[in-house]
Amino acid sequence: MTTRSLQPHVYEVRDDGTSVLIGGFSPSSGRYHFPLQDCCPYTGATDVSRAELSGTGSLWGFTAVTAAPPGYDGPVPYGFGVVELTRESLRVITRLTESDPARLDFGQPMQLVPDVVGTDDDGAELAVWAFAPVTP
Amino acid sequence: MSTASRVVVAGVGIHPFGRFDGVSVTQLGVRAVRDALQEAGDPPFQAAFCGTAYSGVAAGHKVLGALARTGMPIVDIEAGCASGAAALQLAAGALRAGQYDCVLVFGIEKMPKGIIRSSFFEPWREQAGLAATPSYFALRAQRLMRESGLTKEHLAQVCVKNRAHGEHNPNAMFRKPVTVEQVLASRVVCEPLHLWMLCSPNEGAAAVVLRRVDGPASRDQVELRTAVLRSHLPGSVLGEATPMAGIDDADITPPSALAAQQAYAEAGIGPEDVHVVECQDTDAARELLAWEELGLCARGEQPARLADGTAALGGRQPVNPSGGLLSKGEPLGASALGQVVELVHQLRGTAGPRQVDGARVGLAHTVGRGANASVTILSR
Repeated sequence: MTTRSLQPHVYEVRDDGTSVLIGGFSPSSGRYHFPLQDCCPYTGATDVSRAELSGTGSLWGFTAVTAAPPGYDGPVPYGFGVVELTRESLRVITRLTESDPARLDFGQPMQLVPDVVGTDDDGAELAVWAFAPVTP
Repeated sequence: MSTASRVVVAGVGIHPFGRFDGVSVTQLGVRAVRDALQEAGDPPFQAAFCGTAYSGVAAGHKVLGALARTGMPIVDIEAGCASGAAALQLAAGALRAGQYDCVLVFGIEKMPKGIIRSSFFEPWREQAGLAATPSYFALRAQRLMRESGLTKEHLAQVCVKNRAHGEHNPNAMFRKPVTVEQVLASRVVCEPLHLWMLCSPNEGAAAVVLRRVDGPASRDQVELRTAVLRSHLPGSVLGEATPMAGIDDADITPPSALAAQQAYAEAGIGPEDVHVVECQDTDAARELLAWEELGLCARGEQPARLADGTAALGGRQPVNPSGGLLSKGEPLGASALGQVVELVHQLRGTAGPRQVDGARVGLAHTVGRGANASVTILSR
């Protein structure tokens, strides 16, 4: 089945099943950000270039959403948290594939994966970004 | 700030916070504004500032139109949970600058039940499940618990304290005391937050009439010492478009602390001089974080303060004698002014069974989407 990104300008899902978050990098501030903006959110600098972010990091915060919030039609419960990308030193708000917070811990290694929240009119799976615990 | 002219509270009014089927947001506002004007002696006012987030276009005009009190500038102001405080700040500034002699400030809101839907989030964030407000509160609560040595029982104790206070507030939505066991038995919305640890978005209105006086305020007047509104610093709030403050890098001062520091400096007092506090308890952990941010306790001191009852009625420095948002519910545009109305009653000594004995200095705090925060200090 085809898998498409719900928001391709933020998150690309590729034919080979891999995926990548699209952020920005400002050489003058030396900092990455996500999602990609016209200006660096830390300094306002305009020297921002598109940056494909690394998909590995560590878990910074985590919970689970137990009831569907307004505007959301996907499965519940689902994991929700913050992952700090190692290479970019950037914290990203994200879904988590693990929806039981008792099975998660601060600092544990995490890997970017697509997470399906529905299907589009053509029957393709619609995916958003999520992080999954790295299994040793 | 000029010491020659002062801003005093000439009158306050409130429509109870709760759910009122069939009553329009305009009607909620009319009641609060009418009561505040009546208490102030129905003075002419030269401007009106209305805090609201969800009431639509020209909502303030509709309230004053219904009261046949129009013609002056009427400005609607949105700053998330701090909308009412933002209105207050603008009104106080205009009075101090000498632009007006008397100004009406009010806040109105009528919100649906459940998780707040906000245009703050782009639709794709909602579809992706990244727009559940309680989930952000939960992450903040989790960080606070980890950094300040708090447990879920501590969070539940905040609910118990505030709901015990709310029993005595006829303007509160929830007036039944609760126990720690009951709070922890309510369902988990987003771990570690249970349903009863979260305030309910609801409906209500509050109004304040402010007047400028030259020279010292008289002993029977409540003086608005300062009304500060601050927003987050660049790079703060996770460095991303999150709807809230309080989970920041340790080296970035959050907006609540920025507002508190400025307010204390402008009022010429410190946190130890405050007798009564109304603070943002959108969730139980949010109140405990505010204790730190407002300087009411040091980081990690919350468990000791909960145990010794400092913040409970009868304690050394009661927090949320009104019952807080956990008892009142939160009508966004009205909530900050609801706090001011409570403090005015506390400082006048007219708060009835929830009176803080001898209260002469009060502090109100809100923090909301944006991220922004307000701190207001009143004294008598």
